[in-house]
Amino acid sequence: MSTPRTLFEKVWDSHVVVDSDPALLYVDLHLVHEVTSPQAFAGLTASGRTVRRPDLTVATVDHGIPTTGRSLGIRDPLSKKQVDALIQNCRDHGITMFGIDDPRQGIVHVVGPEQGLTEPGLLIVCGDSHTSTHGAFGALAFGIGTTEVEHVLATQTIWQARPQTMAVEVEGTLPWGVAAKDLILGIIAQIGVSGGTRHVIEYRGQAIRDLSMEQRMTICNMSIEGGARAGMIAPDETTTRYVEGRPFAPKGADWDAAVAAWESLATDPGASFDKVEVLDAGALVPHVSWGVNPAQTVPVTGHVPSPDSYSDPQQREAAVRALEYMALRPGTAIADINIDHVFLGSCTNGRIEDLRAAAKVVEGRKVDDRVSAVVVPGSMQVKAQAEAEGLSDIFERAGFSWRDAGCSSCLAMNPDVIPSGDRCASTSNRNYEGRQGRGARTHLVSPAMAAAAAVSGHFVDVREWQLS
Amino acid sequence: MKPVRTITGTMVPLDRADVDTDQIIPQQFLKRIERDGYGDFLFYNWAHTDDGTPSSDFIINRPDRRGAKVLVAGPNFGCGSSREHAPWAIQQWGFDAVITPSAADIFRNNSSFTGLLIVELAAEAVGRLMDLAADPAAVVTIDLETQTVAADGIEEHFDFDPTAKVRLLQGLDGIGVTMTHDDVIASHEASRPSWLPTSVG
Ligand code: SF4
Repeated sequence: MSTPRTLFEKVWDSHVVVDSDPALLYVDLHLVHEVTSPQAFAGLTASGRTVRRPDLTVATVDHGIPTTGRSLGIRDPLSKKQVDALIQNCRDHGITMFGIDDPRQGIVHVVGPEQGLTEPGLLIVCGDSHTSTHGAFGALAFGIGTTEVEHVLATQTIWQARPQTMAVEVEGTLPWGVAAKDLILGIIAQIGVSGGTRHVIEYRGQAIRDLSMEQRMTICNMSIEGGARAGMIAPDETTTRYVEGRPFAPKGADWDAAVAAWESLATDPGASFDKVEVLDAGALVPHVSWGVNPAQTVPVTGHVPSPDSYSDPQQREAAVRALEYMALRPGTAIADINIDHVFLGSCTNGRIEDLRAAAKVVEGRKVDDRVSAVVVPGSMQVKAQAEAEGLSDIFERAGFSWRDAGCSSCLAMNPDVIPSGDRCASTSNRNYEGRQGRGARTHLVSPAMAAAAAVSGHFVDVREWQLS
Repeated sequence: MKPVRTITGTMVPLDRADVDTDQIIPQQFLKRIERDGYGDFLFYNWAHTDDGTPSSDFIINRPDRRGAKVLVAGPNFGCGSSREHAPWAIQQWGFDAVITPSAADIFRNNSSFTGLLIVELAAEAVGRLMDLAADPAAVVTIDLETQTVAADGIEEHFDFDPTAKVRLLQGLDGIGVTMTHDDVIASHEASRPSWLPTSVG
C-alpha cells in the first residue's frame, strides 16, 4: 500500500514539474482581472515573450467597473484605462474575456465555477487573494502577485514553497438560521487572522459535507482571512452534480473519465495533517464583526467587547484602535448598533443562494428609511437567474437598489463608495479600515443577517424572525 | 530586479499587528497600469487627514524619518489582498526591507520578486529593534548573504527561502530561470489528461 495522502498532497503531487522546494507546479487554469494584470502583460511585451497557454487563461472585469449606467461607459478615466488595457491584452494574446457587455461577466471567483472552468483536482491561480474560493471543488487554488501573473502567462507554471497542512474538522449540523458565513467567521475567530499562515486548510466533517457548493465556496473564500495559502474541500456528489452540464465542463466520455479521477482525490484514511482544529457547528450562532479585522467578531446576541478582554498587549492595543475607528463603546449591545448602508454581494456572498436567503427575509418588508441598501449580484448570470426567480422584484419592492455584477462596495474601487463615518452591514469578507471607502465602518454578516438589518435599521438576530 | 545584498540605514517603527495591504496602499490608488508612482500613497489613510493633507504626526511624514531604509513592523504584516502594489509602495517610498515577527504568505512571496527584503525575526528581537528605532538616527544593517541583522547591541540570524535568496542576491529574472526547464514543462504538459478544461469551449 502506498502512503496515505491528503487531498492537498494528491493535487500538489500531480502538478509537480520540478520536484524541489520550492517546487515548480503546472497551472491548469489562470484567471485574470483588470487590476492586477496590466503590469504583467506590459512586462511580457517588454521582454518579447508570449502567453504560453491562452487556452488555459480566462479574463473578466470586476474590480473597478460601475454597477449602474453601464450603457454610458466607464466614467472614471483610470478605471476605463485599466479595462481597455485588459481588452487589448486579451485581444493581442488570444485570451477569452468576459467583458463588461458579456452575459457571462462577473466577479472572477463567481464566474469560474459558474462556467464549469473550476473543477476538482485542478491547480488554479489568479492575481487575487480570494482565489481560495475555488478550493471548494477540491482544486488547489491560491492568490498570486503581479510578477507571478506574468510568470504564469509566460510559462504556465509557478514556483511554490510546499505549505503545511491543516485540518479544520467541523462536526455536527449548522442550526437553523446560522449560515456558512457564520461558520467561516467562527473558524477565523478560533484560529485567528494569521492561524493559517504557511498552511493549506482542508475543511472536513459532517457539517462541511452537508453544505451546498455555494456554501462551500463561502467557506473556502475566506480561508485567506485566516491567513491560509488555500482552503480545500474534498469533491463528492454535491460537487459533481454542480459541475455537470456547465458550459466548460467535460462532456460524454470525458465526463466519465473526469468523475473517475475526481473520486480518488479525497484524503485517504490514515493520512495525517500538520495541524488539526475541531469545531462544533451545532454551537454556532449568527456573527457580526465589530472591529477592523475578520477575527474581531461576536455573536449577534453579544456586546462590543472591552479591550481588557484581550490578554495579548498587541491585540488589546489593536482593539482600542478598532473601537476608535468603528466609533463603538465596549459593552454596547450588537442589536443596538444602527446602520446606514447594506451591501449584499461580493465573491463571498454574491451567489444565487445568498440572494435567495436574503430575499426570504426581505419579502413583504421594507428597508428602513435611514438605510440605503443595494444588491450587487456576483455575476450577470446570477443577476439573470435572480430576475427569473422574481428575487429582484422582492428586493426592489422592499427598497433595495438592484445592480449589475461586480466587486462594487466590497472594495470600493468603483463609484460604490461608502461615505466616511457611515456604517455598513456587508456580506463581503474584509472589514479593514477604509476597505469600503475612507472612514467607512464595515460590519461583516451573512446575507440573511444583512437583509434583516436593512429592514430593521440595526442588527437583529434573524433566528427570531418568523420565516416561511 | 536589482540585486539585493546588504542594506544599511535608519529605521521606522510601526508597532501594530495585522497591518493589511489595504492599509499599506488603499484601493483608490490601484488604478494605475504602471509599476511605479505608488510611493506617495504609502499608508495613505493613516498618513493623511480627510482633506488629503499629510498628517504631521504620522511617523513616515516626520522629516527626521525621511531617508529611512528599514520598516520595523508588528506580526502578520501584509495580510489580506494579494496586491503587489503593497511592496511597490513600500519600496517606492524608500524602504529596502521590512523586519517583522511574521509576514503574510502572499506579501512575503510578492516581495521576493520585487526586491523588498522581508526579514522575519522572533517577536522579542523585533521588540528590541522597535525600541532602538525610536531613535531616528539608529542604524541597522541587514546582510542577506549571511542572513544576519546587526544594530547597536543586537545581532540576529534569520531564516530565508534559499531560492528567493539566490534570486535576490543575483537580481535574476524569474521567467528566464523557469524557461531553462522548458523540456520538463513540455513533457508534463503532454501528459495532462485530455478532459481537463480549456477556456476556448
Ligand atoms: S468581491 Fe471583493 S474580495 Fe471578491 S474579488 Fe472582488 S474585491 Fe476581491
